[in-house]
Amino acid sequence: MSVLITPDSDPAAVPTGRARARRFALPVTRSTVAGLVLVAVNVLVALAAPLLAPYSPTQPDALSAIEGPSGAHLLGTDQLGRDVLSRVLYGGRYALLISLSATVLTVVIGTILGCLAAYRRGWLDEILMRILDSILSVPAILALLVVVTALGSGAPVIILAATVVYCPALIRVVRAAALSIVGLDYVTAARARGEGFWPVLAREIWPNILDVVMVEFAMRASWIVLLISSLSFLGFGANPPTPDWGLMVSENRSLLTVVPMATVAPILALASLIVGLNLAADGIAKARGIDRITGGLR
Amino acid sequence: MLIKVVGRRLAYSVLTVLLATMLVFVALQALPGNLATQLLGKDATPAAVAQLDAALGLDRPAWRRYLDWLGGALHGDFGTSLVSHQPVLTEAGGYLRNTAMLAGIVIVAGITLSLVLGVVAGLTRDRWPDLAISGLSLLGMSVPEFTVSTLLVLVFAVQLAWFPAVVTAGPTASAGELMQVIWLPAAALTVVMAAYIIRMMRTSMIDVMAGEYVTLARIRGLSGPRILFRHALPNALLPTLNVIAINIAWLVGGVVVVESIFNYPGIGTLMLQAVHDRDLPVLQFIAVLGAATFVVCNLLADLAAVWLNPRLRTPGRAG
Repeated sequence: MSVLITPDSDPAAVPTGRARARRFALPVTRSTVAGLVLVAVNVLVALAAPLLAPYSPTQPDALSAIEGPSGAHLLGTDQLGRDVLSRVLYGGRYALLISLSATVLTVVIGTILGCLAAYRRGWLDEILMRILDSILSVPAILALLVVVTALGSGAPVIILAATVVYCPALIRVVRAAALSIVGLDYVTAARARGEGFWPVLAREIWPNILDVVMVEFAMRASWIVLLISSLSFLGFGANPPTPDWGLMVSENRSLLTVVPMATVAPILALASLIVGLNLAADGIAKARGIDRITGGLR
Repeated sequence: MLIKVVGRRLAYSVLTVLLATMLVFVALQALPGNLATQLLGKDATPAAVAQLDAALGLDRPAWRRYLDWLGGALHGDFGTSLVSHQPVLTEAGGYLRNTAMLAGIVIVAGITLSLVLGVVAGLTRDRWPDLAISGLSLLGMSVPEFTVSTLLVLVFAVQLAWFPAVVTAGPTASAGELMQVIWLPAAALTVVMAAYIIRMMRTSMIDVMAGEYVTLARIRGLSGPRILFRHALPNALLPTLNVIAINIAWLVGGVVVVESIFNYPGIGTLMLQAVHDRDLPVLQFIAVLGAATFVVCNLLADLAAVWLNPRLRTPGRAG
């Protein structure tokens, strides 16, 4: 919940000599770079999938069903004869699109409400915190399943549900970070000048909580990707024949003995995305002395 | 003072669970279209819909239904399953026991394992045991439960054939039968849960070992194990307690996925069935159960922290 200074700082985070000269706003550590590269590769592959994929990801081909890796199909085919490599290349699109939308919504709403709660305090803060606690108390998958049962599993429903589920933890973290800022003299001065909530938020609070929000963004994104792909796996996310990593694992699991690559390839792709997000979150957190683990609830 | 703090914390917990039941109720019963229409199909006659509405009590305002449900729930009556027409608690009983068995094993094995690994990583900071453990725990955090489960099946059920890939026992299977098949699901949940606890334990171990009182203990010539168990560990455990509590509560969500993969007859499998059948009373019960578990775990962690904290017991002896 609180933002602590960890004793655990990456040696690469300390800028020395030449490194200091070309240091820019984003804290550049080795793990941050590795993480961001992994994420960027995933995003680029998802965007360029139509150019990269050798076959259509959805077109069944009964004649070449359930084949092992070969020259024609580098990762083999699934039970409908679809090329696994093509499906893996396309497979990040659904998860990335849904997760990115949900993460952006979560971070924007969470940051605004968190700052508002810290800024206003009083009864608004108190009521908001109690409601957030109760949302937090329902485990994420359970909450998503409840929402999906009630409202169906369309993309907008899942995005909004994931936002509602992950906002509370973010609001708490941002509120804690903002609380230490709103008491400072320059905020008091800005309020005394008669500036309203939005100018104070944009000019005084936001620059000072940017670190926390950046870490939260990467961390929430990794949790939301996990959640969305779990939902797909359970059959409540992407609909067949959409190529999606979570869905692919659930489709090809029964053929694990025959064509293991059809299951293992999407798992590796998914893991690379989430490892990337986690490394980025870790790197930024370490460089800025933010304790990531106590930084929120999952 | 202590009683006041604990009392306030208790009151908040009750309020949180109460609000959570309200949210779940609103999500399930107030938002969607007519339940009777959904159960009877789109072609149902208005008369039949009205009749079922009356039978289910849906013709009354939502707040009345909520209060009725809450009154019943306080007496252990969570309504009647729409599918099996049995009381929800009877229906869920067997599944609950099975999940409790699974969770019990995971909690005991998972927490022990992750505390040991976390301590080792913390003590060997930046050397190879730490790098190996930290790397593996980052990986554990980064793969969803269903991938861990699938890989475990691939290795231990398919390649080595040590365990069955799916559980064929039903909800009424005996404990002995389940003990033979429980290990793969338990391992999958342990892997994912351990990652977070290991990371927290490592960080707080490093923090504590850098403390002045540990240096002082070293200067006094105390033995390594004595410093570790008497001085460092109790303090390092404090911040880890909350992470453990969160992860125990998270188990309730994690079991949904893992149980469905192994077809383990626990509360998660029951929940997925309820989602498919739109069995709202069962779904509501499980969601509320999840919320209550979360709140109780956090409450226990907070109380344990108050109880463990030496500064509250004997002020001024912390050095």
